[in-house]
Amino acid sequence: MHTVLTRGNATVAYTLSVLACLTFSCFLSTVFLDYRTDASINTVRVLVKNVPDYGASREKHDLGYVTFDLQTNLTDVFNWNVKQLFLYLTAEYKTPANQLNQVVLWDKIILRGDNAVLDFKNMNTKYYFWDDGNGLKDNRNVSLYLSWNIIPNAGLLPSVQATGKHIFKFPADYATSSI
Amino acid sequence: MGIASMLQIDEMLGDFNRMNKRQSLYQVLSFAMIVSSALMIWKGLMVVTGSESPIVVVLSGSMEPAFHRGDLLFLTNYKEEPVRVGEIVVFKVEGRDIPIVHRVIKLHEKEDGTVKFLTKGDNNNVDDRGLYAPNQLWLTKKDIVGRARGFLPYVGIITIFMNEYPKVKWAILSILAIFVLLHRE
Repeated sequence: MHTVLTRGNATVAYTLSVLACLTFSCFLSTVFLDYRTDASINTVRVLVKNVPDYGASREKHDLGYVTFDLQTNLTDVFNWNVKQLFLYLTAEYKTPANQLNQVVLWDKIILRGDNAVLDFKNMNTKYYFWDDGNGLKDNRNVSLYLSWNIIPNAGLLPSVQATGKHIFKFPADYATSSI
Repeated sequence: MGIASMLQIDEMLGDFNRMNKRQSLYQVLSFAMIVSSALMIWKGLMVVTGSESPIVVVLSGSMEPAFHRGDLLFLTNYKEEPVRVGEIVVFKVEGRDIPIVHRVIKLHEKEDGTVKFLTKGDNNNVDDRGLYAPNQLWLTKKDIVGRARGFLPYVGIITIFMNEYPKVKWAILSILAIFVLLHRE
């Protein structure tokens, strides 16, 4: 009864179950790891302007302008089940209109094998820091923190926040000069 | 030696001819069992994860290099779990049949819990406002199909392949059905 079909079927089934088993062990071996690390963030220039947001409502909204320093070493975060890190720098603050605002200012993809020691000085943000209204001017408590989303070869997709965040405040007057 | 005899189809047909009524009924029942348990697993996953589509296949390269075409994502969609920036959400847009898998990059939440957010694909240069419905600037919770929690590479390429070549799909399905119905345990 050992036809081509039964032999082929057995081979494929065995290969697939071995692959599934290996993939699952790969997932199990890394699922309980602690991926937290320290990062140091600092702001260099902080300005706020009040300009029309043509991307959204066309009304005048607060536009923050921030340059930042960032140092961190993410080499230890990588292991055999980390394919990529998606790094993102979030500004989180509260306004009278919204109890929670989160705006991603900058992000970076680090693949396994890439340099994971980061030391940026006076970096510009990648995205505009638009508020949803006029809540940035004179905002005394804006926190800036780094997080990373771990993309595995197979497994969960955890997001981890770096210890060490930076709190800064916006000036009480709108900047008039062009930035 | 012909292909038919190589695959012993004649022998399988012989198997079938030798079956009595009870046996063939049993074969049909076990086939129905397979179909219904697949459906039960899918519906059960929907209940456990809270998402209308707990497993999705990535169809575009807009999240590369994290997700490629044919990768599988496992979703959950618990109401009480808040949406936060950096999460990968799967959302539906009015007028588009296919859900989109992108990352939240901006979020505003009011005191009463209403939340609006903006998404962007990692591999795209601009945010998703161009993909949303006309005059839609933000997504809200009701647009979410699920949030990506687990990742399995390559497996979904089979469904993409079958959707692109429906004839192959029907061929595979009918061969499997014939095999299950005719094969004697």
